[in-house]
Amino acid sequence: MATLVPPPSKRQKLTASNLAKHQQDVPTAPPADLGEVRIQFVDRSTGTPQGDSVLVPLSQATTRNLALLVNSIEGRDEAHERIPYRFFVAVGEGGGADGDNDTDEIGLADGDDLYGRLAAASKGGKLPGTEEVIRVRTAPQAVFKVQVVSRCSAAVSGHGQPILAAQFSPASAARLATGSGDNTARVWDCDTGTPLHTLKGHTSWVLAVSWSPDGTLLATGSNDATVRLWDPVKGQLEGAALQGHTKWITSLAWEPFHAQQPGRPRLASSSKDATVRVWDAVAKRIDFALTGHKGSVSCVKWGGIGLLYTASHDKTVKVWSARNGTLVHTLSSHAHWVNHLALSTDAVLRTAFYDHTGVVPDGLEERRVKARRRFEAAAASSEGVPVERLVSASDDTTMFLWGPFGASAGKNVTKPQARLMGHQKAINYVAFSPDGLHIASAGFDNHVKLWQGSSGKFVATLRGHVGPVYQACFSADSRLLVSASKDTTLKVWEVRTGQMKGDLPGHKDEVYAVDWSADGKGVGSGGRDKQVRIWKG
Amino acid sequence: MPQNEYIERFQKQHGRRLDYEERKRKRLARESHKQSADAQNLRGLRAKMYQQKRHKEKIAMKKAIKAHEERDVKGSGAGDKDDGQPLPQYLMDRSDQTRAKALSSAIKNKRAEKAAKFQVPLPKVKGISEEEMFKVVKTGKKTSKKAWKRMITKPTFVGPDFTRRPVKYERFIRPMGLRYKKANVTHPELGVTVQLPIISVKKNPQSPMYTQLGVLTKGTIVEVNVSELGLVTAGGKVVWGRWAQVTNNPENDGCLNAVLLV
Repeated sequence: MATLVPPPSKRQKLTASNLAKHQQDVPTAPPADLGEVRIQFVDRSTGTPQGDSVLVPLSQATTRNLALLVNSIEGRDEAHERIPYRFFVAVGEGGGADGDNDTDEIGLADGDDLYGRLAAASKGGKLPGTEEVIRVRTAPQAVFKVQVVSRCSAAVSGHGQPILAAQFSPASAARLATGSGDNTARVWDCDTGTPLHTLKGHTSWVLAVSWSPDGTLLATGSNDATVRLWDPVKGQLEGAALQGHTKWITSLAWEPFHAQQPGRPRLASSSKDATVRVWDAVAKRIDFALTGHKGSVSCVKWGGIGLLYTASHDKTVKVWSARNGTLVHTLSSHAHWVNHLALSTDAVLRTAFYDHTGVVPDGLEERRVKARRRFEAAAASSEGVPVERLVSASDDTTMFLWGPFGASAGKNVTKPQARLMGHQKAINYVAFSPDGLHIASAGFDNHVKLWQGSSGKFVATLRGHVGPVYQACFSADSRLLVSASKDTTLKVWEVRTGQMKGDLPGHKDEVYAVDWSADGKGVGSGGRDKQVRIWKG
Repeated sequence: MPQNEYIERFQKQHGRRLDYEERKRKRLARESHKQSADAQNLRGLRAKMYQQKRHKEKIAMKKAIKAHEERDVKGSGAGDKDDGQPLPQYLMDRSDQTRAKALSSAIKNKRAEKAAKFQVPLPKVKGISEEEMFKVVKTGKKTSKKAWKRMITKPTFVGPDFTRRPVKYERFIRPMGLRYKKANVTHPELGVTVQLPIISVKKNPQSPMYTQLGVLTKGTIVEVNVSELGLVTAGGKVVWGRWAQVTNNPENDGCLNAVLLV
């Protein structure tokens, strides 16, 4: 038998760790005599160039300085107007010369500089000369920062059966609605961790809850095939139940605020009975029913450009006109059930006129204008019209990226833009980050995966869960992601690095629903252990 | 390497006979001929035993066929799931709610009730004398004089990494034929039984020495590997060892039945 080397002594371990620490701390400042590079900034979401190309001394080209430069190009000279940016440099053949969205690109971290990235990209160490224009794509980051949630601020009992759905109010992190297997939905006051209202009326499990974008109505869909509307302030039923479906409700989607006829919000509900019904939330009547799917409709999303997207177990995704309910496109590339859909504009459509500033316009018209402006900013494209991209998650373990919808008619949107392959089991949930840069997918193979929002390229696998991941939710600033799993934990991930930022054990059984509040102040989760948990930073 | 796996080792090193597959196929093909010949020609006790065996096989076969037929029926689920546990919509059409999950949640519910933490199903067992447990080995020239060598007459669990001591120093012999690796573990509330590998013997109520020797008698607490059931702790770690108590007399029955301690 070979001789065993004795374990290192304490002194050896100390010196090794000191050395490692010392080596880590070595600053990687670029040498001073690097010369200059020519940089062309390009808006990453629309592809439009920002200003003319500029000559930048390479030794000074840190992320911070580049952000200052872009801000001044965009005319934001004052310190309080500046926006943080993320920068992306293309790698591979052609260096940074071509700028179409399909090349591989690497993001610059907050402490990075351009020199390090370029040196890493060009293997021989040959840097581009001043003649060559480097295209640096810019993506504005949220001006606010959401704290990592790290502790359970409240664990509230109340529901008598597992919690099946949870959603925060778009207005604030103070109100959370949950639907449960005990036939009730509840509204919680998250500041104090107390129950506010119990919404009784359904005769079976409440499977879906959805706040209207202006936060004045709450819709619940149930296993008893009805949809009910509630006043979340008083906790009372608004009118009678909306009857029409013959099987349980799978998901709900409100008409975007800017697209509503004033005073006549509409609601779409998808059901196991293969139909989607669009309801007039004031008159409590069916506006029209979308019948065309051959299997259970698993998800419905209402886009901001007048389109309804539905995913079904009949392997298709259908796109409908929200005005009269006619079928616009059928997207059939999936080989198995389509489980979930996500829109690049989901976050703004959900929050309408509520933003991080907390300023809510007074009049209805101002609110509509603000909601429209926010939507158009999120859906901006190079063609000048708002566009949406759609991603569909399926049991065939892949996702398809569709769109952009709303662009000029010449583009064929029934062909998928990309197929997102990598999961090893069915994908249950998919989400777009609020800034549209990333897609997160949660699968039954215990992994969450991150993808580029524009091209669908694979970014990272977030490993850590030991059970199927049921849901995932981005923070409002798109920097963090929280995922809920069958293994009873929530985990918080950093999107930029793909590292786990926090593990949130506490639930005693599988976690079915998770939501990050629209203002980023808290995370709410519920599951089979019948407790609602509020997590804060 | 465990001592008793020499055949497996040989096969790994040298492979099988070249005509192994063919012989196997042919034997299988002849099986029905052999069965009918046996059924017609056996007489007396052997005939009885043979019929008993066939009877059991036929029951198993019929059960298997029935299970297959049930699986092929379309459109189950939905209606009959209503009375079960509430599920979110994305799990409602999926039928892979496994038995293991039912086990896991029942265990968790039980734990929440905090009932009977230190109780075991069999609190008292009948004592076994040393004379019954051990047979004195007197073979050989030296041992016949000293007679300190013992053979354990009860079933035992021997860990996979056990190697025998030199024969000269070996005081206890645990016969190969009485060793067990797996136990049929029953969940007390759900009544489901799963065959699980044994990890270790935690306590033999007869004597601490029997615990050390890994003797499996009625009332013994064993640790079984439940990793395939997919249980998870509150912290999200996978549970893989769980205790169970032996409920039968394995030396009489030839199998090891145990009940899970929850």
